[in-house]
Amino acid sequence: MVYLQVLANGLTLGALYACLAVGFSLVWGVLNVINMLHGSMIILGGYLTYFAWLHWQVHPLVALLPVSALVFLLGWVLQAGLVNRLVHRPVLTTLTVTFGLDLVLYNAMNVLFDATPRRITLDLGTLALGDVVVAWDRILAFALALALTGLLYLVLRSSRAGRAIVAVRMDRDAAALMGIRIHRVYAMTFAIGAGLAGACGALMAMVFPVTTNLSGLLLGKAFVVCVIGGLGTVPGALLGGLVLGLVESFAGHWFGPQNAVLVGFLLMLGLLMTRPTGLLGRRGYE
Amino acid sequence: MKRSIVPFALFAAALAALPLAGDNHLVQQATFVCMYCALALSWNIIGGYAGYPSFATAAFVGLGSYAGALLQNAGVPMVLAWVLATLVTGLFAALLGYGLLRMKGHYFAVGSIAIVEVLRLVVSSWSGLTGGGEGLNLPILAGGPAFAGMVFLYAMLAVMVLAFAMTVLVDRGRLGFGLQCIQQNEDAADMVGVDVVRTKTAGFALSALFCGTVGAISASWVAYIAPTDAFNILTTLKVPVMVLLGGPGTVLGPVLGATSFVVIEQVVWARFLDYNQAALGIVVVLLVFFLPGGLLGRLRQRRPARTPQAGPGGAA
Repeated sequence: MVYLQVLANGLTLGALYACLAVGFSLVWGVLNVINMLHGSMIILGGYLTYFAWLHWQVHPLVALLPVSALVFLLGWVLQAGLVNRLVHRPVLTTLTVTFGLDLVLYNAMNVLFDATPRRITLDLGTLALGDVVVAWDRILAFALALALTGLLYLVLRSSRAGRAIVAVRMDRDAAALMGIRIHRVYAMTFAIGAGLAGACGALMAMVFPVTTNLSGLLLGKAFVVCVIGGLGTVPGALLGGLVLGLVESFAGHWFGPQNAVLVGFLLMLGLLMTRPTGLLGRRGYE
Repeated sequence: MKRSIVPFALFAAALAALPLAGDNHLVQQATFVCMYCALALSWNIIGGYAGYPSFATAAFVGLGSYAGALLQNAGVPMVLAWVLATLVTGLFAALLGYGLLRMKGHYFAVGSIAIVEVLRLVVSSWSGLTGGGEGLNLPILAGGPAFAGMVFLYAMLAVMVLAFAMTVLVDRGRLGFGLQCIQQNEDAADMVGVDVVRTKTAGFALSALFCGTVGAISASWVAYIAPTDAFNILTTLKVPVMVLLGGPGTVLGPVLGATSFVVIEQVVWARFLDYNQAALGIVVVLLVFFLPGGLLGRLRQRRPARTPQAGPGGAA
């Protein structure tokens, strides 16, 4: 059954997409800011993990947390220092600023690390279930991507900071009246988005070759996932990621891999015009 | 209004006189200035007047360049190919606008970026017609580089003047008024009798029209097009930045912004070869922080402040 294999590929890819987009979706939903830096932050996470593995033989699973923390810090600094000052301006302004920052980060990574595709090879072997063959490193990345997405869900549901983020998402002004310091919540949200991007980059480097040239493509995936699943919700991003992974996998099987991305974008445009709140069609969390 | 037309006419005349200096590099730079002015003026219609953050500029430029290239390679004379490419692009935008303009804010921004990607992917994979990733070659204009340089400068200059004339007409007419109403409050505009759908679609189509011409002319100019260059995501982001730099929703702002941007970019390219993108990024960030209303907004803000100081007591 070739379809089972396509399904397995789609699911492993989809979990990565969900993890890639969940932070982006959170920032968009809570701050109403499109973070154009997201793609480059993922690549940064991937590169840091790769170099830790190459030079100091740090296992990517060990590097995952420190790398994520570093990108988290970068996100905090950018939001608290720059983006917070503009956060209530029109769409175009915040988008332009994050685009400008993205040019800086992208250029810095090209100069510091150059754009050679890099991949960590763990050689964990493959798992064969009947005719379906999946590499173990993919399964590992799949499980971790789901775990990270689930972790964010738990943080938002049960931690104090998480409840504050959800409150700001629901009603900024009411949250401010309840004594929530919104700008601090914004910085926290942006930093969480960045940290997740970094962690996702670490996972990606275990599965795909990572290069700076991918950052635009990854950003595009984040857009598509957000539109499919709906903005700013963890279940939405999970659903959107899995749907996109499956759609690309099956479209690649039927129409050839070069058209898989095209089908994803067309799906997004169709949904944007008909169901702009996403498949789940809900606003807010829970 | 005369305050805008006179400076623009002087500016266009200065650009038109440049070939007299006999410097091919200068002529090339002037052509870029005209090209970006035309794109910025076009974007200003939908982005500046209507306040819809469109990132579809590169889609229209790419579509125009492929339409022009395919027509020229089919034997259509160059200038006619440019005109037809313009019409094709305008028609495409009018149809597209019907679906795309239902969205607002971020959704519209994302949808319009997606159009660029979709067209690029279609052109890349439809290799039977478009040559795919290998691109298309166009006939090179006979007469030597100096002559060709002059022809393309005047062609781009003409497009810039047309785009400016369009902006003046829109600014004075019902359409501009309707677009500004939509920017301030779309529901209220609908309520008081502005045909919102029609106005937005017309604005969107006009904002695409001359992007198609620019694409077709630049395809003939470079004599080669490929998907990644024609549907360049950087173009799509640079043009709105130019308008923001100059002053959105004004007649002269886009011209001022595009010209300064091209000059800044030249300086940055020359000084920081390895870091040119980072330098550009820093310029963009500084701009948003320190020039929120654009250069023109700055100039206009100062003007009334000076008048009272002219009196005898105004020694502040």
